[in-house]
Amino acid sequence: MAFLEVKNLKVHFPVRGGLFNRKIGAVKAVDGVSFTIEQGKTYGLVGESGSGKTTTGRAIIGLNKITEGQVIFEGEGLTGKNPRRKKDVQMIFQDPYSSLNPRKRVLDIIAEPLRNYENLTKQDELEQVIQLLKRVGLSEDSIWKYPHEFSGGQRQRIGIARAIALKPKLIIADEPVSALDVSVQAQVLNFMQEIQEELNLTYLFISHDLGIVKHMSDRIGIMYKGRFVEEGTTGEIFNSPQHIYTKRLVAAIPDIDPKKRSLQKRLRQEVQAEYTRSYHDYFDEQGLVYDLRNISDSHLAALPEKG
Amino acid sequence: MADTLLEIQHLNTSFRIHDDYYAAVDDVTLTVNKNEVLAIVGESGSGKSALAFSIMGLHNRAKIEGSILFKEQELVGLPYSKLNQLRGDQLSMIFQDPLTALNPLMNIGDQIGEAILLHQKKLTKKKRKERVIDLLNQVGIPRPEQICEQFPHQLSGGMRQRVIIAIAIANRPELLIADEPTTALDVTIQAQILDLIRELKENMHAGIILITHDLGVVAEMADRVAVMYAGQIVELADVHTLFEKPLHPYTRSLLHSVPNEGQDKLHVIQGIVPSLQHLPRRGCRFAERIPWLDGSAHEEQPELHEVEPEHFVRCTCYRHFHFPAEREGWTHGIS
Repeated sequence: MAFLEVKNLKVHFPVRGGLFNRKIGAVKAVDGVSFTIEQGKTYGLVGESGSGKTTTGRAIIGLNKITEGQVIFEGEGLTGKNPRRKKDVQMIFQDPYSSLNPRKRVLDIIAEPLRNYENLTKQDELEQVIQLLKRVGLSEDSIWKYPHEFSGGQRQRIGIARAIALKPKLIIADEPVSALDVSVQAQVLNFMQEIQEELNLTYLFISHDLGIVKHMSDRIGIMYKGRFVEEGTTGEIFNSPQHIYTKRLVAAIPDIDPKKRSLQKRLRQEVQAEYTRSYHDYFDEQGLVYDLRNISDSHLAALPEKG
Repeated sequence: MADTLLEIQHLNTSFRIHDDYYAAVDDVTLTVNKNEVLAIVGESGSGKSALAFSIMGLHNRAKIEGSILFKEQELVGLPYSKLNQLRGDQLSMIFQDPLTALNPLMNIGDQIGEAILLHQKKLTKKKRKERVIDLLNQVGIPRPEQICEQFPHQLSGGMRQRVIIAIAIANRPELLIADEPTTALDVTIQAQILDLIRELKENMHAGIILITHDLGVVAEMADRVAVMYAGQIVELADVHTLFEKPLHPYTRSLLHSVPNEGQDKLHVIQGIVPSLQHLPRRGCRFAERIPWLDGSAHEEQPELHEVEPEHFVRCTCYRHFHFPAEREGWTHGIS
């Protein structure tokens, strides 16, 4: 039994207009996505803006309505009103500046999930919050402070403390470090890895930054226009990408070694040429990718039937 | 150095906070040559954008001291009318956020045309239109005739950024300042925009100041790199030297904190960038981020030292610096 299984997930947003504001179409933000995550692993979900990666994450936790498909968490369906999902699945948001209520003190922010799900006495609650703060490396007296008194990295750690308050099993991290500076990024990423080991957490790590996804993930899924382009282990995706879209994405990452500059540029031009030349081999008439096919046991790519 | 385009000397840009001035740019001395990309790297709050805004004269209330010579013309204290003749013409800037930098009520063609109109008044309307189409082609926008009639909200982020670039290069600037030009964009579009900026350098021999926090972008683009921390330049070198032999603790820490091949743990720089009001008035500004170094490692008034030709490092602490994890193997002290 898979820890988390997403089966043919579809999230469509209605487009309304015309007379009486009727539904005249749909934006297919997520259009038939399937993948599984094993416990204790990190699954990286990559894609450019508008590819549907965030919508996928939000649909799993229940922030977007699922149009079709299933999300199965430890053998139980997560569709409909199931209180279990809310405890065991938590989310870390992208922007630590807007995801914390500026009028609440840190104590109230972190204690909110505890108050919703656990009947604790004031004293126990306070103790738990202090425990959580210590775990994320913030001092005890921060409970009486407000979010604006913290730096970006500290705020993101408050967000993480809130996410792990109920001892969840799965954390959906939606671009958790995109809004942060390089050195603070490092701090948050290291910390996420530490608590993953400590608490045996599973991450769905959503990001557009391939360097960071490579660093964090065991498996990676690449999305384009609401569908999966390619899926495989981190090594497979980066060392032998099969789909032209993945190749182009991998080639676009700036290399940190200035000596490889011209090499990198040549590679990119080659891939770009291949992209324009063979675009129609990889995408159908609507510009969408085909269904995923197995290349090896663990590696899947959206290649056309004929091969 | 031949072909010096911009010469900044002892530039101080200070902002007034509660009746006191605080220097966001502190004693910066730099040159930019023709046909060169100078990258300025640093985290938020390091003063890199404040420096760019000072060059462009975009600060309203800041106190700017020192000298900025652009083609031997002093920009500090230049009256607005004179400055406006330069800005958008020989001197131009690509802004970070393509959505807020464009006027939402003006179509794309008019916005680009405006930049041309202001500096080439004699051009006929027809010629101007041709030039706009030409520019849109140059930045790789498909169907330029149609795009001209569209408004910013109808374009995607990458397209908008191209429009910003088209405006910036409309009058073939000699110095182009790109302030985080790709931060808001996806990697594939980032690669295209960077190629575009590189072409500008090659075709127009412009000097380019590229402000970024992305070290990958620096490695791809720059000829020379200035690393800024808390308003000061802490290291200045050509790009190969900087990536192969970084000296200043801040540069080394930054390079260690990005994910790289075969690296388990990322290096974390302790503490936070001090805010403008809490900058140490004297001593090495990076000292509190590397507390395991002895205080005597730092200079009292850190200066930029030319350790090798064209390689400058501030303070003497680089000689003693080591990462904390290396400390166990650190037996013999400093040679």
